[in-house]
Amino acid sequence: MAIDKRIGTAAEALADVADGATVFISGFGGAGFPNALIRALRDRGPRQLTLVVNSATHRYSMTHELIEAGLVRKVVCTAARGHSKEPSPFERQWMDGKIELECVPQGTFAERIRAGGAGIAAFYTPVGVGTELAQGKEVRSFGGREYVLEAAIKGDLALIRADSADRYGNLTFRYAQMNFGPVMATAAACVVAEVRTVLAEPIPHERVQLPGLYVDRVVTVGA
Amino acid sequence: MKPLNRLQIAWRAAQDVGDGMVVNLGLGMPVAVADYLHSEADVFIQSENGVIGVGPLAAPEHIDTDLVDAGSRRITLRPGAAIVDSSWSFAAIRGGHIDVAVLGAFEVAANGDLANWDMRLPNKGPLVGGAMDLASCARAVWVIMDHVTRKGAPRLVEKCTLPLTAMRCVKRVYTDHAVVDITQGGMVVREMLAGLSESDLRQRTGAALTFAPDCRALTTPPIELPAGDRA
Repeated sequence: MAIDKRIGTAAEALADVADGATVFISGFGGAGFPNALIRALRDRGPRQLTLVVNSATHRYSMTHELIEAGLVRKVVCTAARGHSKEPSPFERQWMDGKIELECVPQGTFAERIRAGGAGIAAFYTPVGVGTELAQGKEVRSFGGREYVLEAAIKGDLALIRADSADRYGNLTFRYAQMNFGPVMATAAACVVAEVRTVLAEPIPHERVQLPGLYVDRVVTVGA
Repeated sequence: MKPLNRLQIAWRAAQDVGDGMVVNLGLGMPVAVADYLHSEADVFIQSENGVIGVGPLAAPEHIDTDLVDAGSRRITLRPGAAIVDSSWSFAAIRGGHIDVAVLGAFEVAANGDLANWDMRLPNKGPLVGGAMDLASCARAVWVIMDHVTRKGAPRLVEKCTLPLTAMRCVKRVYTDHAVVDITQGGMVVREMLAGLSESDLRQRTGAALTFAPDCRALTTPPIELPAGDRA
């Protein structure tokens, strides 16, 4: 049967998400947030989710809606600070002890996901040595420098935003939209991409930024 | 003796960015360094969201919401720019491919320890972002900050009191009072505001200072802050 990863709606693409899932969400610096998929996930309403997302609260991301809806038990992120004096939905639930936080340096965050998608169980990084984010972790010396052992992260689902797709699931990204999308797509059992447009013809190989082998479902959501 | 404003501090740091360098500019005061680079210096500004070759901010009519830096600012690209994904971006940072990271800070210690990520604000979640990666792995780390806190407490200290970002990483600090190198032997003042005495500066500093034999006056052109801007 010919490969065709296109799915009609975001709701259909997320119909099988289960309670307790670990969900990657792309986006950083204002670009690449899969907001249509985030909204569809909120509407589906699986509970006890672990979110692996760069920022628990970003002014351009709808991630906070999942948190506000009480669907999240843990957030793994690099930024957990809200934008205003009033606590964000995340900060409120975190302070009330309703949500667990794992704060990770951003490069370690990216590399832990990369490792998860590349068959590496754990790795040593110099980042974080001597800081409270390395507390309780193994430290080992190589060539006279100290490194912290960091474990891979794998997920059940990745929600990512791209620009264009073809029916094989090959993706292109606009400008800084790429950020965590490609690496998150390598480490999740099911990868759903929302895109501006699906092209009728295959994307030329030299323009493919994420090969379709990493992408399971593609939903067209427009600009 | 008028302390520099934050744009003048950025101007001073920009004078040390050499031709051909790849630099990362932290959020806040450091991003202003881009505005004062030597016109003849060919510099690539890397942003940790994957943009290598950040250009000037986009004019309103040219804003593209997908073309942003790590601080969500709507930017342009310089000629020769490239964009990579986050894992490659941080592999470049950890791999030592960034010549200089210019970072803001709360405290810098005499041994080069840096505290710049967690002020322990009540009711606020932590935000580390790429600070630890840049501080640990850029080939040089320069800090831009005020010499003292708003309450007058020193930010250059013997030992950081706030949570560390990275150990022994800072090479040079640009403040509104002085330019200070962090050396094996502690803090060495390279430049200091004219009209400030050595004892004045020592009084505002929480660590031992050595004055370089060729310590010079810290001078910058007058630069006005935008209207409504504090300090």
